[in-house]
Amino acid sequence: MERVVVSMQDPDQGVKMRSQRLLITVIPHTVAGSDIVEWLIQKYCISEEEALHLGTLLVRHGYLYPLCDPHSLVLRPDDTAYRFQTPYFWTSTLWPAAELDYAIYLAKKNIRKQGALVGHEKEHYGQLHRTISHAWDLVLMQAREQLRAAKQRRKGDRLVIACQEQMYWLVNRPPPGVPSVLEQGPERSSCTAGRAQMTKNTDFYKQEMERCRKALGRARVKSSVCLEAYLKFSSQRGPHDPIMSGCLPSNPWVTGDDTYWAMNAPSVAVPTRLRVERWAFSFQELLEDPVGRARFMDFLGTEFSAENLSFWEACEELRHGGQAQVCAAVDAVYQQFLAPGAARWVNIDSRTMERTLEGLQRPHRYVLDDAQLHIYVLMKKDSYPRFLKSAAYRDLLAEAVVPPEAKKRVFPFARKLPHSSPSPALLPASASGEPAAAARGPECEEGGA
Amino acid sequence: MCDQTFLVNVFGSCDKCFKQRALRPVFKKSQQLSYCSMCAEIMATDGLHENQTLASLKTEAESLKGKLEEERAKLHDVELHQVAERVEALGQFVMKTRRTLKGHGNKVLCMDWCKDKRRIVSSSQDGKVIVWDSFTTNKEHAVTMPCTWVMACAYAPSGCAIACGGLDNKCSVYPLTFDKNENMAAKKKSVAMHTNYLSACSFTNSDMQILTASGDGTCALWDVESGQLLQSFHGHGADVLCLDLAPSETGNTFVSGGCDKKAMVWDMRSGQCVQAFETHESDINSVRYYPSGDAFASGSDDATCRLYDLRADREVAIYSKESIIFGASSVDFSLSGRLLFAGYNDYTINVWDVLKGSRVSILFGHENRVSTLRVSPDGTAFCSGSWDHTLRVRA
Repeated sequence: MERVVVSMQDPDQGVKMRSQRLLITVIPHTVAGSDIVEWLIQKYCISEEEALHLGTLLVRHGYLYPLCDPHSLVLRPDDTAYRFQTPYFWTSTLWPAAELDYAIYLAKKNIRKQGALVGHEKEHYGQLHRTISHAWDLVLMQAREQLRAAKQRRKGDRLVIACQEQMYWLVNRPPPGVPSVLEQGPERSSCTAGRAQMTKNTDFYKQEMERCRKALGRARVKSSVCLEAYLKFSSQRGPHDPIMSGCLPSNPWVTGDDTYWAMNAPSVAVPTRLRVERWAFSFQELLEDPVGRARFMDFLGTEFSAENLSFWEACEELRHGGQAQVCAAVDAVYQQFLAPGAARWVNIDSRTMERTLEGLQRPHRYVLDDAQLHIYVLMKKDSYPRFLKSAAYRDLLAEAVVPPEAKKRVFPFARKLPHSSPSPALLPASASGEPAAAARGPECEEGGA
Repeated sequence: MCDQTFLVNVFGSCDKCFKQRALRPVFKKSQQLSYCSMCAEIMATDGLHENQTLASLKTEAESLKGKLEEERAKLHDVELHQVAERVEALGQFVMKTRRTLKGHGNKVLCMDWCKDKRRIVSSSQDGKVIVWDSFTTNKEHAVTMPCTWVMACAYAPSGCAIACGGLDNKCSVYPLTFDKNENMAAKKKSVAMHTNYLSACSFTNSDMQILTASGDGTCALWDVESGQLLQSFHGHGADVLCLDLAPSETGNTFVSGGCDKKAMVWDMRSGQCVQAFETHESDINSVRYYPSGDAFASGSDDATCRLYDLRADREVAIYSKESIIFGASSVDFSLSGRLLFAGYNDYTINVWDVLKGSRVSILFGHENRVSTLRVSPDGTAFCSGSWDHTLRVRA
């Protein structure tokens, strides 16, 4: 923010400054709200709305203050005069604001207004009086001194200084109801702070160096290859991205009609065409979709290799299952898929099988990773491409639904409330934990936001 | 005659060498010991020695990092925006607020979508965690945590539980129940224990495991049922603020970002850091994987978002603008990865074209900082939570 403000005050390229007449006194170096907005628009190539927003933030943080109506901390894009806050009062230089200073400020105000402080200021004054009662003489003395010194200044300067101080306290002690812009989240320790935190001892640096050495030896891919991949990915997925390409029949959030969700429910009988097309993008897409996985399982059944997918699923359950079930799960998988003469024996190469059997002596959740990867790659390189070329997949594509776009009614009727759907927490726990499809409601007309 | 001061000598056995000598008090890690003058001198020079090795190690680490940057630069033959010149520019996007969720009494700090694409869990500064059906804007569950600043919350993949945590240094899992007689807080399970605040948590592919990031500089993987620590991840030099799981086929890695300006990619099995990226100039508030899993984006207090490629092992794009001077608190990709939504501390949301590196649009509406932003699981909308106590779903 300070960078912006400093560049705004640049004599050559900054905002146009002029002197503002305020009743009788003339205040130099003021800027009009509209000039600020225009300068921001020009310098940063942004829209008026954004410039106004940025300007208002600068005012709220106390870098700019209006001369006339200081309590409304907004930037008005008109003739309203503003001045730049002096760096002395910037939040970065003078923070946190001291209670003593606040007491002196309030005391001055109290004396000037002859005891007529109002609202939260009166409350704070009373509070401070109680808490710093031992230094109260100092406070009053300082206040009187400052007031006396101020009287000796010119009226214009006095007004400016008063405005600056008032702005500073508006930011640092906001009235109730106004959120404080200075509020930060919970304290974070960072390595730039000199406070004692994680010991930056020899171990830390040794670890860093080890990591660097490993990284130096790693295989890297050329940028051009990686970046081309993004282009390909984004263009392939573009039509499937509802925000980019919309969705049929309509985006539920826009129209309030949740047919889209009903048609794309995890276990729908007839999947949509886009969905079936996605299965051809990658093996992962196919497996992640419950319907896709089920169809793939059917296909594998026709090729008598369904045990591969079942084995993979069992391994996934082991990897992501509870710690207490690890041993039992490993045993079950072994009995069903790996033991010689097992009911659904999977064909793994001998080396992997050897390694796996060895690891089974001390079972842990990752013990079947090698075997699982082997089977995964087998399915990906062999069964999956055949599936995509198969008649089964072609039939699925042909039968797939292409939802018609929702009709837009010309005369908007009373908007119906969106239908609620049963919470997944209500359903009996199913293996894949799929939420139930929402009830299909009547088509709603296109309602506004 | 003037006063004379005498040196009082205590004789006894030295705490280090146990010889009978004149002893001097010595402080080691705020514990007082008595050393003889020989041992005291040795200790002083030891300290000096350690400082010297520390400095030399630091310079060696810096030089190694420099070499690494050189290696990375060798394979960098083209910039992203150059490659993206062939791609069509995006038109104007109209994204309006479709739902506003009001009900939190204080700043909303975190939110997560349920897999059913309409339910949301959100947590706030006053300790309240609320589960909404954001489509109907009904509140379905509400839990009051015993601590304030609940900075992390997550929905379980099955939709049957939520996890949350914050200043209590713990991550608690609450099974969701509609039983009127049951108090949700009664079934609460305390899963994770850290030594500082919890900044982020996420379920892995199932309800049984949870990954957490904490202000104590570590990430950890826990078994939900038993609360057992399965793996811990050390390497950040300061608070870890965010994490995201990789959507990869083998599902074994995750990325974390912290106050040490580093984003680190970890192997969940071994607990080792696989890759590290240090190009941000301030705390990294949010990290999110690109949908293909080959890259990730990060949003930081230095007002920029950056894209890091994992195969090229370097930063490949910076999303920044001179007029954006406030930090980015939260980032997420659209389904195709073409758009990057980023929520900032200046109350706005900027939408970036990931490939071209330019800003597509800026969204206003919140009246205080945007603290959290997530795109829905099917990409139809995104939800942003803010310190103005509300959540907005935009589509």
